[in-house]
Amino acid sequence: MVENRPWLNVLTHLVLVVGVIVIAFPVYLAVIASTHDEGAFLRGVVPLLPGPHLLDNYGQMLSQGMSTSGAPPLTLMLANSLVMAIAIAVAKIAISIISAYAIVYFRFPLRTLAFWTIFITLMLPVEVRIIPTFKVVADLGLLNSYAGLTIPLIASATATFLFRQFFLTVPDELMEAARVDGAGPMKFFRDILLPLSRTNMAALFVILFIYGWMQYLWPLLVTTDTKFYTVVMGIKRMAAVADADPQWNLVMAAVVLAMLPPVLIVVFMQRLFVKGLVETEK
Amino acid sequence: MQTKRTIFPNRWLPYGLLAPQLAITLVFFIWPALQAVKSSFEREDPFGFKTTFIWFGNYAKLLADPLYLNSLWRTLIFAVLVTAIAMGVSLILAVAVNRLLRSGRVYTTLLVWPYAVAPVVAGILWWFMFNPSIGILSYLLGQLGVTWNHRVNADQAMILIVLAASWKQISYNFLFFVAGLQSVPASLSEAAAIDGAGPFKRFWTIVVPLLSPTTFFLLIVNINYAMFDTFGVIDATTSGGPAQSTNILVYKVYADGFLGLNIGSSAAQSVLLMLIVIILIVVQFRFVERRVQY
Repeated sequence: MVENRPWLNVLTHLVLVVGVIVIAFPVYLAVIASTHDEGAFLRGVVPLLPGPHLLDNYGQMLSQGMSTSGAPPLTLMLANSLVMAIAIAVAKIAISIISAYAIVYFRFPLRTLAFWTIFITLMLPVEVRIIPTFKVVADLGLLNSYAGLTIPLIASATATFLFRQFFLTVPDELMEAARVDGAGPMKFFRDILLPLSRTNMAALFVILFIYGWMQYLWPLLVTTDTKFYTVVMGIKRMAAVADADPQWNLVMAAVVLAMLPPVLIVVFMQRLFVKGLVETEK
Repeated sequence: MQTKRTIFPNRWLPYGLLAPQLAITLVFFIWPALQAVKSSFEREDPFGFKTTFIWFGNYAKLLADPLYLNSLWRTLIFAVLVTAIAMGVSLILAVAVNRLLRSGRVYTTLLVWPYAVAPVVAGILWWFMFNPSIGILSYLLGQLGVTWNHRVNADQAMILIVLAASWKQISYNFLFFVAGLQSVPASLSEAAAIDGAGPFKRFWTIVVPLLSPTTFFLLIVNINYAMFDTFGVIDATTSGGPAQSTNILVYKVYADGFLGLNIGSSAAQSVLLMLIVIILIVVQFRFVERRVQY
């Protein structure tokens, strides 16, 4: 700090406290709503203080789900989300790191073409090419399967770039020394490059896990069987069927459960999260 | 393109390493994109028996369609508002955190977690608060004499989706602004303070110019976010209504193609959206190159 200005310090804290309250308020309301019974929402305005039905609501959602909207128990949906998020994160990291390795450590015909083909995936978010992609997945018979949920989302230009940038900073001497000692390309990759990339992989995993967990449109399209519903898309089904008179306490219990895993990851792995976020966006 | 000084001499291994990534890219990205381009030039009869090649017919129809132009206009309003609010609020918060030493970290933790909230969930949270019958905010507005019902009022529906979308994006912008502010050298501010510049003058003449690379980067990212990543927000709150007032482009592609089954028009819309993404990315990369020199 350059100089001491008490009123500016007060203002600083004031701004931040107001900011934190505004940011947290919607979630606070959701948590509160999930602790009441249905009757609390018939009396005009939502309750602002916790009620006594926390365990009932969460217990019902986790074990039975919401029968009126045909949604399966939340344990199943949470498990599906977990499978999807982990599969996407691991597969993206795996295929990106080996393709970045090929691009940086080898020289071969069509290298530039391969690089640009991967680059193009940056330009085509699922949302804009949705119908033809859906058609491909349907033709391959991948609807209502974990493969259909994950494989179309695992090509990643950003992860490939991140590893490429990182490999370019790895000193050439390491590789020359490995070659002098007679290590082949796969041995060099496994014994030297992979251990060096560990932090990058962890940071990327945090970001990609969140990315996979948040997917909405894609699961909405490729799953019609409730066995494969993910929690983020399932919530919409519960809230939408109930549009006239939603069971707010149960919907909000589901909302809280859907938010919890990725939010905890951000809070407890904040250092990796920030690193992953800032570096993938360069 | 850059490689290493020495490389591994191997003919087939690099292709094997690239194969999974390239296979997925070709099957799930390039091929569907080409299909979209192809069907954007075709008209399919309602029963799907016959497709005719009609050149730019779908595009011409689209650009003359008041509904599409309305959607374009709505997307523009939405993107500008979300970008302005999300960046403005997060800049203020980042500047505040940057003034603090130890407590800044606590505030950071309390401000970044909405990044992990899915857009649909953000939509549902705000929908709950603005619910005309039980929402707390619509109740408070009612006390002030404002009748809130985003199911019939177009402006209110727009306000709802703008707030929900901005709320989610603040944490992202905040982190980048904090990183940007930390790279502004303290010596400059100190020198200016010795010369008698107050905190606001220092902010405008030193911090703002030095922060411009971050600001520009975030501008592109936020426009991109508002245009393409907010599908869930819309779907959870307004579904494009009332009367198409929140039917932004990315939602319209879905609604026309999946719900309305108008393949040709939806494909043409996809292609136009891809062009917009390509323009945004080119702008971003040109800018990044310039930043490297500077």
